[in-house]
Amino acid sequence: MRGGVPRHRLWLIAQTESVTIKPIFAQGPSQTARVVAAVILSLILLVLDHRFHHLQQLRSTLAFLTYPLHYLADLPLSASHWLGETTSSRDVLLRQNRELRDQNLRLRVELQKYESLQAENMRLRDLVDSSFKVGDRVLVAELSSVDLDPYKQQVLINKGSASGTFEGQPVLDAHAVMGQVTSVTPFSSTVLLITDTSHALPVQVLRNGLRTIAVGTGRIDQLKLPYLPTNSDIVEGDLLVTSGLGGKFPPGYPVASVTRIDRSPDAPFSTVTAQPRAHLDRSREVLLVWTVPNQLPVTPRAPAAPAKPDTKATDDDAREPGT
Amino acid sequence: MSGGGQGRLVIVVTLCVAMLLTILPMPEWARAFRPQWVTLVLLYWVIALPHLVGVGSAFVVGIVLDALTGTLLGQHALGLSVVAFIAIQLHQRIRVFPFWQQSLGILVLLVIEQLLGLWVNGATRGETPELIYWAIPPIGALLWPWIFVTLRKIRRHFKVG
Repeated sequence: MRGGVPRHRLWLIAQTESVTIKPIFAQGPSQTARVVAAVILSLILLVLDHRFHHLQQLRSTLAFLTYPLHYLADLPLSASHWLGETTSSRDVLLRQNRELRDQNLRLRVELQKYESLQAENMRLRDLVDSSFKVGDRVLVAELSSVDLDPYKQQVLINKGSASGTFEGQPVLDAHAVMGQVTSVTPFSSTVLLITDTSHALPVQVLRNGLRTIAVGTGRIDQLKLPYLPTNSDIVEGDLLVTSGLGGKFPPGYPVASVTRIDRSPDAPFSTVTAQPRAHLDRSREVLLVWTVPNQLPVTPRAPAAPAKPDTKATDDDAREPGT
Repeated sequence: MSGGGQGRLVIVVTLCVAMLLTILPMPEWARAFRPQWVTLVLLYWVIALPHLVGVGSAFVVGIVLDALTGTLLGQHALGLSVVAFIAIQLHQRIRVFPFWQQSLGILVLLVIEQLLGLWVNGATRGETPELIYWAIPPIGALLWPWIFVTLRKIRRHFKVG
């Protein structure tokens, strides 16, 4: 009302102004500058994320913001899962219960065997002064049915830093190693599967302890072992277990079994493919593992060191007269 | 109404729905055919309201999408900003096209985004996707008329912009 302009006139002025603010030609010189800035910024982000892994904090924050969307997308399937569980009939539950009891009994027997073996193992290690400790803590997490980028082998699980999950944590299923945690939010984390092309895992052949590295192929049912010389001792069906040398995975967990070996005489390395033991595309429950920190087994050193030159010398001596 | 708080909210909600469609669980065979929902919705808003939704918004949406789908940060942001920029340059023309011509224009934009994605994937991971990868933009272009009509109805109903 001030200045003598009636209220409805003011409103009219405001209305016309708001109409004139809306430009007919939105593009100006600034759009080009903006897109150049956006492209440069995204390239910088890409390089930082890919080469240096500096953006975990930013990624975690963003993932926390997008958690409601992940939750919503998972809701229909988890709800139907829950509904199916709550409304399943008594017979089904009874049958399941019986099956589980049987299985439990069987597993207990296996465990007894394992426990005695473990005790024996520890006793033997005590004898050779090794500081190796067996013992991992595990937590069961459930897979979220959310579809992530289809060109990357990764899954989302429903446990996050609120449950103590951390980056680089090994993830297993009931059968074998599945992958490792790559980003963590309070209530969920992303797991990179061992079959992703950017994943490599130090393994060894259970039969003879041959060490190598298993690299993902981008296919859910295949791993490759590209660093094995043509003459290395590996056969089809060999079980690969984690060697624990990378420092991320605890040693001794099964990973994959060798399915095919191509040895061509002119190539320095053989092409070995293996199939992951874990049900990467089927498991719904996964295990998060905390390894009790330990050192690699230390071999006894006192008597071996001076003994070696001697034996070598005697070998040489023994051979010399012959030559 | 000049696209105040409510207008922005409507835009954000439609984009969130598009993101939800992007990560919604689907049977294995259908996953490879999932259209670029977020790009399509973003393109509609860029073409309809270039003074509200531009390159900056596209960049932010791209970063969020990267976090959502677990790709490298910047992968979607790069594609979406470039596509939004081209759409802003052409929005006067695209608006007056008939539907089929609009779809063709959108197809080109979608292919550009796929190309940029392919380039980033190739540079960082060294893998080429299967041929199915190129079936995604045509699907998006076929969906465009419906998306256009739906979003226009939403825009008029809530008087956005």
